[in-house]
Amino acid sequence: MKDLFAVVMLSGIYSLLSACFFVAMNAVDVAITEASVGACISTLLMLTAITMTGNCKKRDYHKPLTALLVVSVTGGLLIYGTLDMPYFGSAEAPAHVHVAPRYINDSFQETGVVNMVTAILASYRAFDTLGEVVVIFTAGIGVLALISASPTAREDATSGAANHSMHEQHLSLRITTKMLLPFIMLFAFYVQFHGDFGPGGGFQAGVIFSAAIVLYSMLFGLRTARRVINQTFTKLFAAFGILLYGSTGLISLQNGGRFLDYNFFLNDPIAGQHLGILLIELGVGCTVASTMIIIIFSFTGRLEDLQNRKNGQA
Amino acid sequence: MLMGLYNYWIVVILMMIGLYIVIAHGNLIKKIVGLNIFQTSVFILYISIAKIDGDTAPILTEGVNHYSNPLPHVLILTAIVVCIATTALGLALAVRIKEAYGSAEEEDIQKKDNKEC
Repeated sequence: MKDLFAVVMLSGIYSLLSACFFVAMNAVDVAITEASVGACISTLLMLTAITMTGNCKKRDYHKPLTALLVVSVTGGLLIYGTLDMPYFGSAEAPAHVHVAPRYINDSFQETGVVNMVTAILASYRAFDTLGEVVVIFTAGIGVLALISASPTAREDATSGAANHSMHEQHLSLRITTKMLLPFIMLFAFYVQFHGDFGPGGGFQAGVIFSAAIVLYSMLFGLRTARRVINQTFTKLFAAFGILLYGSTGLISLQNGGRFLDYNFFLNDPIAGQHLGILLIELGVGCTVASTMIIIIFSFTGRLEDLQNRKNGQA
Repeated sequence: MLMGLYNYWIVVILMMIGLYIVIAHGNLIKKIVGLNIFQTSVFILYISIAKIDGDTAPILTEGVNHYSNPLPHVLILTAIVVCIATTALGLALAVRIKEAYGSAEEEDIQKKDNKEC
């Protein structure tokens, strides 16, 4: 396909479809994440990126035959490899006999959390999750380092006027958004704090919250969104999330346990687990939400800078 | 009997589509879209492994004994968010390359690099 816009839109639809697939496979937590990440944030990021890199592409393929050969050989080998795999849906597959039964049978007694996914994410594999949150934070820093918007262009008042009038056009869209926004944010907080009992948790909540901000900045312009959400504050908040996560681990060290072992938080291990998981999820939520907002703002800010520069030259 | 393996075949096909896009297309944005498809195929592989016939979502409910395997769900849940963060980083790189070289096509970039040598 030559038109990159169509490619981006199709990949958004593909993400939404795969979210439906995850629901069909009973992976509800994963589906929430995929729906808000794939269909909202990544599509918007790609759209912003293609506005900056140019919409049309010139040559369609280079060396298609060699590529096709490599791909079909690899695919053939992979399919040959699947012949020894356990059948789809079989209960005796190796994946279901090692640690999974322990998680399924004992996680409620050990952590008091109904949602097993949250229990594993925030308690059994908390160290793993810490690493992943740090990866997200680092990616946010990387984006900032690569394409942080210059503050001087942001103050340029004249160029914003053209943009502003564009945002004023869609009246019905803006009113609907204004009505929807509180509910989206409320839903994000519900997902955040209800993660122990139903599908949800810090990752999903962070992504949904940033989706609300994205919707706002899309319809009301970056300038207005920047006035609502202070950028320095967002950066501090992202770092605060990781700090909260890490210090939760340190507190359990101080109380005589191992790193991120919440049994030592309070006298009652179950209550300690509850508190620990709540704090961890809060840390994850803070970092994910603010990192996503940072990424979106720096992309759209860069775009506005480019347009300003073009206007300045013309 | 082989039909029981169809989930892996779908994953392999999706993965190969992603790989083909990464190899054969010169546009950097398209390469990132291809990588995304590749990543989604890995997600689908993990989630389909977690599925057991006649199970429910891994949230404790009364009267239910069969749950999906929660461990792959955890792994993929975090992987999706990491995936979007790394995609953003890749897009940022593509934007900077476009600014520096004036093009996001691989061949144009190569040509410019060769000229400078």
